[in-house]
Amino acid sequence: MGLTTSAVGANAIDSGLEIRKASPADKVVALAGNPNVGKSTVFNALTGMNQHTGNWPGKTVANAQGCFSSGKRGYVLVDIPGTYSLMAHSAEEEIARNFLCFADPDVTVVVCDATCLERNLNLVLQTLEISSNVVVCVNLMDEAKRKHISIDIDALSRRLGVPVVGATARNKRTLDALVRALDEAADGTKPMMPFVTRYPAEIECAVSALLPSVERLAGGRLNSRWLSLRLLDRDESLIREIARYFGPDFMEDDELLGALDAAQAELERHGITSDRLNDLIVSSLVSAAQEISAESVTFHDAKYNERDRRVDRVLTSKWGGYPIMLALLLLVFWLTIVGANYPSSLLADGLFWVQDKLSELFALLSAPTWLHDVFVLGVYRTLAWVVSVMLPPMAIFFPLFTLLEDVGYLPRIAYNLDKPFRRCNACGKQALTMCMGFGCNAAGIVGCRIIDSPRERLLAVLTNNFVPCNGRFPTLIAVIGMFFAGAASWGVASSLVSALALTAVIVLGIAMTFCSTKLLSKTLLKGVPSSFTLELPPYRKPQVGKVIVRSLLDRTLFVLGRAAAVAAPAGLGLWLAANITVGDASILAHCAGFLDPFARLLGLDGIILIAFILGLPANEIVIPIIIMGYMAQGSLLELDSTLQMRELFVANGWTAITAINVMLFSLMHWPCSTTLLTIKKETGSWKWTAVAFALPTAFGLAACFIVATAARLLS
Amino acid sequence: MIAKKTLATLTPGDSAIVGELKTTGCMRRRFLDIGLVESTPVKCIGRSPGGDPSAYLIRGAVIAIREEDSREILLA
Repeated sequence: MGLTTSAVGANAIDSGLEIRKASPADKVVALAGNPNVGKSTVFNALTGMNQHTGNWPGKTVANAQGCFSSGKRGYVLVDIPGTYSLMAHSAEEEIARNFLCFADPDVTVVVCDATCLERNLNLVLQTLEISSNVVVCVNLMDEAKRKHISIDIDALSRRLGVPVVGATARNKRTLDALVRALDEAADGTKPMMPFVTRYPAEIECAVSALLPSVERLAGGRLNSRWLSLRLLDRDESLIREIARYFGPDFMEDDELLGALDAAQAELERHGITSDRLNDLIVSSLVSAAQEISAESVTFHDAKYNERDRRVDRVLTSKWGGYPIMLALLLLVFWLTIVGANYPSSLLADGLFWVQDKLSELFALLSAPTWLHDVFVLGVYRTLAWVVSVMLPPMAIFFPLFTLLEDVGYLPRIAYNLDKPFRRCNACGKQALTMCMGFGCNAAGIVGCRIIDSPRERLLAVLTNNFVPCNGRFPTLIAVIGMFFAGAASWGVASSLVSALALTAVIVLGIAMTFCSTKLLSKTLLKGVPSSFTLELPPYRKPQVGKVIVRSLLDRTLFVLGRAAAVAAPAGLGLWLAANITVGDASILAHCAGFLDPFARLLGLDGIILIAFILGLPANEIVIPIIIMGYMAQGSLLELDSTLQMRELFVANGWTAITAINVMLFSLMHWPCSTTLLTIKKETGSWKWTAVAFALPTAFGLAACFIVATAARLLS
Repeated sequence: MIAKKTLATLTPGDSAIVGELKTTGCMRRRFLDIGLVESTPVKCIGRSPGGDPSAYLIRGAVIAIREEDSREILLA
């Protein structure tokens, strides 16, 4: 759930290679590294920005950039997606490689995980092949210390031939050394002697044969040795990009093509086919990394991972894996509901007190009644409702969920759910994008880039809307609070019942995700599940304070702001629609009346259906619209408690069945407009956007119709 | 011919050394990326609740691999 201003909605697009410098003298720094090594934490610490961080691989899927100053000079820092290699097998790897190759950063920082340095060095070595101005930042030194792993930074630096600094990025002060190293690297005063990975003699020979032509054509724009290796390795995606950036002539040069053919033929004569070549290149990198790591890393405790393994044995066990997942979900919801109750009513009291004062103010100024009604009863009241009902649950749910994310639990969910997803011919990583959907479906859909197979990615995109985003949670919580919480006298039991009901709704959403995924993979998106590898990162101590502050500031207030921005004009428009009469009834009543017969079939009513339709820009405003719709039709009352809201709804014909259908329809209907636009952007196709619109809507219509019909038949 | 042991035959707690990779294409590259090359030590450390995929300790990182893929990794 990468939910920040930069990761949600219209901004949730790939910022590509366009660099926005604050001043032309600024140096561009690329932040590379394996997935989940804390690149975003380094990024945030340096730039003071709030790129969302989480303990799971694949969180940053697009290039994010921010500025900072070392005091000596200005920098533009670009956080590129985490990758294991630069051989570009997936979309993220391609973004990362293209940035390093073609955006030509002044300095590249490779962030490494100190607890897993050997594997990380593989990427360092590959980066050194492309760019010589590299600084290696060994992050998570605190975790390494805790696991009794010591790293000889100086030895590493001598061996790699570039500056190496240790850091614990979550503690900002430890990044001073990195900033100093950056200043030196940007000056270019210290000559770097980057380590060169040596390959078997046959390959070195082929590279030498290719070098002259490549050097002539590339003209210093790219490292010729690396480019020769990639050409020998038939790296199709790089060849495409070269044509794009350097012009088509590059790959049509006769001399180069001749040399390439001859070199490849010579390799094959030695039994080195293209597969074998790739193996040899990778093995050489891996053994070089192994060697360097052996010289600079000491494990003082062979059982350094034992605690993680013990936790894993419980959280992913046969007997406990699924129940614990459900229990955690239930716990999070219960804490949310219990915790939100009191502040919610407090906020409502406060906000409606303000409303009274506002009314008095209007009266004092002897403002016309219509002006008072439009602004106070229309705009202000809708806003007040959105704030008092949405803020408390979000302010509790987001930090709790972020804590789970920070600890490293989400990849375990993906691990546990891979098998069921595979039964639906999909991929366990869809569980991760599903979790992101809890925050914001648009963010979840951008997150689908972590899935390699295009077919499986599309499955994840099209079904993401079946998990309710924060815009829909308040609707669900409010309806549950009104109709299914049990008597208030039950005390704790009442909130537990609410939490159970909410969990049931979410589990239904997850079940529908499976159903629709299966349905799609049997019809529109036929195919077999592709392979997958998933890294289960070490558990990390969550940064509790930071999580709470960040998720409050970034997610909660941002989402609330968006809701308010939509709710205010919607409140205005709605008040007008409810109060301008045409013929014998208001515009709203006309529309509701028109939709009513159809809505009744679904166990809803015209107003509810209109609320969902008008809620297209933001689901947050569905309940406020329903309230306004009802209130405009007569009974005007102060809505400062769930009980009064329930009375209003019941007076307008709501029953438990209506409530169930509203929840079902809230869970399964069209995605909001931001999500739809994101789907269009990600799939590049209106057809798939239409499918993403129609699929949950069809499920929702069917579910509501079945429930309503069954209820009618039974009564 | 005796069937060769593969990564999939390891049960949680077992360690082994990787031999030849029989996978091709994309999956092979994935394995190579995470450092799973010939003579890499691996340890099976658990199975997911559904019995598949399993988690392996490879070069200090824990990686989940599905059975159908781990069957393609021969042990030395």
